[in-house]
Amino acid sequence: MSALLDARGLRLAFGGVKAADGIDLSVMAGEFLAIIGPNGAGKTTFINMATGYLRPQAGTITYDGAEITGRPPREIVRRGIARSFQLPQLFSEHTVEQNIALAIASRAGIFSPLAPLLRPAWREEGAELLERFGLLPVARQRADALNEGTRKLADIAMAVALKPRLLLMDEPTSGVAASEKMAVVETLVRVLRQAGVTAVFVEHDMDVVERFADRVAVWSQGRIAALGPPAEVLADPAVQRDVIGIARHA
Amino acid sequence: MGGWFQDNGPLLGLALLDGIASAALIFMVAVGLNLVFGVLRVLNVAHGSLFAIGAYAAASVGVFAASAGLPAWASLPALLLAAILVGLVLGPLVERLLLRRIYDEEPVLQLLVTFALFMILEDAQKLIWGVQPVSFSTPVSLLGTVDVPFGADVIPYNTYQVILLPLVAVATLAGLALFLRRTLTGRVIVAVTTDREAATAMGIDARRVFLLTFTFGAMLAALGGALSAPTTSLVPGIGASTIVLSFAVVATAGLGQIEGAALTALMIGIGRSVAVTFAPELEVVVPYMIMVLVLLVRPQGLFGVVETRRI
Amino acid sequence: MTLPRMEALLGLLVAALLVLAALSTPWMKFVLTIALAKGIAVLGILLLLRAGQVSFGHALYVAIGAYSVAFLAPSIPDAALLLPAAALVATLAGALIGLFVSRYREIFFGMLNLALSMVFYSMLEKFYHLTKGTDGIRVPPLTAAGMTLDRVTFEWTVFATALVLALAFGAFARAYLLSPMGEALGAIKTRETRLEFMGVSPRRVLLSAYILSAMMAGCAGALVAMTTRHVTPLLSYWTASGELVFIAILGGAGGVLGPFLGAIAYELVRVYAAATVADMWQMILGAVLLLVILFARGGIWGLLSARAGKGAGA
Repeated sequence: MSALLDARGLRLAFGGVKAADGIDLSVMAGEFLAIIGPNGAGKTTFINMATGYLRPQAGTITYDGAEITGRPPREIVRRGIARSFQLPQLFSEHTVEQNIALAIASRAGIFSPLAPLLRPAWREEGAELLERFGLLPVARQRADALNEGTRKLADIAMAVALKPRLLLMDEPTSGVAASEKMAVVETLVRVLRQAGVTAVFVEHDMDVVERFADRVAVWSQGRIAALGPPAEVLADPAVQRDVIGIARHA
Repeated sequence: MGGWFQDNGPLLGLALLDGIASAALIFMVAVGLNLVFGVLRVLNVAHGSLFAIGAYAAASVGVFAASAGLPAWASLPALLLAAILVGLVLGPLVERLLLRRIYDEEPVLQLLVTFALFMILEDAQKLIWGVQPVSFSTPVSLLGTVDVPFGADVIPYNTYQVILLPLVAVATLAGLALFLRRTLTGRVIVAVTTDREAATAMGIDARRVFLLTFTFGAMLAALGGALSAPTTSLVPGIGASTIVLSFAVVATAGLGQIEGAALTALMIGIGRSVAVTFAPELEVVVPYMIMVLVLLVRPQGLFGVVETRRI
Repeated sequence: MTLPRMEALLGLLVAALLVLAALSTPWMKFVLTIALAKGIAVLGILLLLRAGQVSFGHALYVAIGAYSVAFLAPSIPDAALLLPAAALVATLAGALIGLFVSRYREIFFGMLNLALSMVFYSMLEKFYHLTKGTDGIRVPPLTAAGMTLDRVTFEWTVFATALVLALAFGAFARAYLLSPMGEALGAIKTRETRLEFMGVSPRRVLLSAYILSAMMAGCAGALVAMTTRHVTPLLSYWTASGELVFIAILGGAGGVLGPFLGAIAYELVRVYAAATVADMWQMILGAVLLLVILFARGGIWGLLSARAGKGAGA
């Protein structure tokens, strides 16, 4: 396996807070990498830097052999990195179906002024995707009428509709009801594996990490404190004390 | 270059003085617009109309005072009185009846509402004061002229515009800064501006702060208008040109910047008066050229700070 | 019945009624031509409203279209050439200004447009040797596609052109609003940053709509110039822009018929009312605008479609 995304020496501070204090991380093609760590450790900052929303003050990010450090989000998406958000970023006045279709259009050509957005081909592709996410029943509902868990799924579905090679997900299961969590993640993982997508996800639920991650990176104060297979990393007493303890109580 | 300066020195000096005088007035309006926007998050398109109404009201009160046999010096407090009256009447009226209904609406609707108010006030002012030019120059003649040295030349200029107006503007700037930093009410206003939710959570009555701020902003606009009344003859349309000009100042300085607005007003005021003197056709264009140039280089304005949206 | 189909049928119905009304009296034809022209300009405003943006300066492009006709008429005295020429000039101006204003949203977008239109107004006033200042420029009699027409026939030609353009632009705007480009305008309104993370430039989406709106306003201006045969700087004054925004909100931003219903209602009322309440016209417009915003947000189209929806549901 080769590195799809390669971060070297990323540094970024807000005021005095070091959100990234020398991050080195290689994401291997095809793997599922979980990021865990207490709030404020810089997990989201890493995603923001990798997707071009924030520019690191030092360090480089290489994707698929090309340097993408500080490139704008639009360019990075077109290269094949998509992301989902901790707080779902949906077009609230559009239906779920339209939200997905807009994502498909973004990939397949938004600058077509006459054919409708909900053209048969895109509608079909969207329906297929919604089906896999179990969102078909709410396809015609406005995004602002959905409950938080459903919004979260729709948010991820939009990112998947972009057909990325690498998907960065910021807390994909927060807001999803505990009883549905495992089923949701299972669906998600199946969809991503089928599409051959490499995934990085920030996660607080250690059961999810244990079951679905190939590797786990532990974030602490802008640094990676531990990195490796979940069984190994989660068994580390230091990690258990500093991260899991916090997560279990949160 | 030296030759040009020798020939045009007095003209340039005059243009600078004109610029300072008009900058003082622009600042008074722009600072109110800025303050109201900072606290209410609503851009009041009708702010220029408050300037116009303040100007007309001042002329009326001044003329009335003169006809009532009051001495000429009374024209100065008359200006102030007119501005306070306009602010106290229109401020609460507009805030209570109109703005209060739209604080939670989309920005586009807020803009439309204040634009509608602008349409209403522009005609209201024509209905009350007519379309014939109105002038009231007692305060200017009262204060006489002062000789301003400029290089080798001496330029006689009226005291009202070159001394009084800048003094009022500087006093407003300093007073506002002191008020916002040192008084409880001022700090409450700043708190609401910086973080409305946190301020309300701490028990601050945001509605009272809005009412107070809007009334105060209206008063500043009316005062700007009242002070401008003696320097020009009043015609319909000053409301429109004032809002556009003061928006140019606010946009160039950066939304919410008070000291920045003062510097920008000076820059735009002088830019415009220099244009009036040396390239009269460009008079109206110059302020916007300055604005467009600044915004092209710094979209957040000269003194503005970039806000990163949280995602 | 789908929304586009209902609009198409209603649109044709309104068009037929307009022809009948225009036949009734000559001044009606004049008023309706102006109403159709303004409706076309308002259609452009509608596209921008879809993105949550309002321009307080779109009369700028109406004026640019009208003055293009007035300036070019002596050298190209043919309506069939002047109309596309005026549209082209307005489109170019829209592209140039759009590159600048499409960086901004909401307050800045609205006010920068206002400022630029006021600058253009002052320039029309000040550059007297070019524009004849506030006197304005008379538009000489024009031929239509090479044919010399008598006055009445020419007026009918302009009316028919306005009607055809209104239908064509209406149909285009409907298709545009349902297309990815149009739906992306709505996305700008609600969650612009997400578009960036999907690889789309919101600025280009808005710019495209802005240029279209400038073109439509330019066509409207050309039609106005050909109908009134006289152009003045007032075409670019803020009150003219306010009028366009007023009509957009009055007609209702929900459908492409709204602008035309709004414009027709507006112009008809103005014929009767404006003379008697000339001093209070803006004030009345402002008051009605407030009432519509506060109490009948869908405008005329909203009221009509709500009623139709109720009828269909029963």
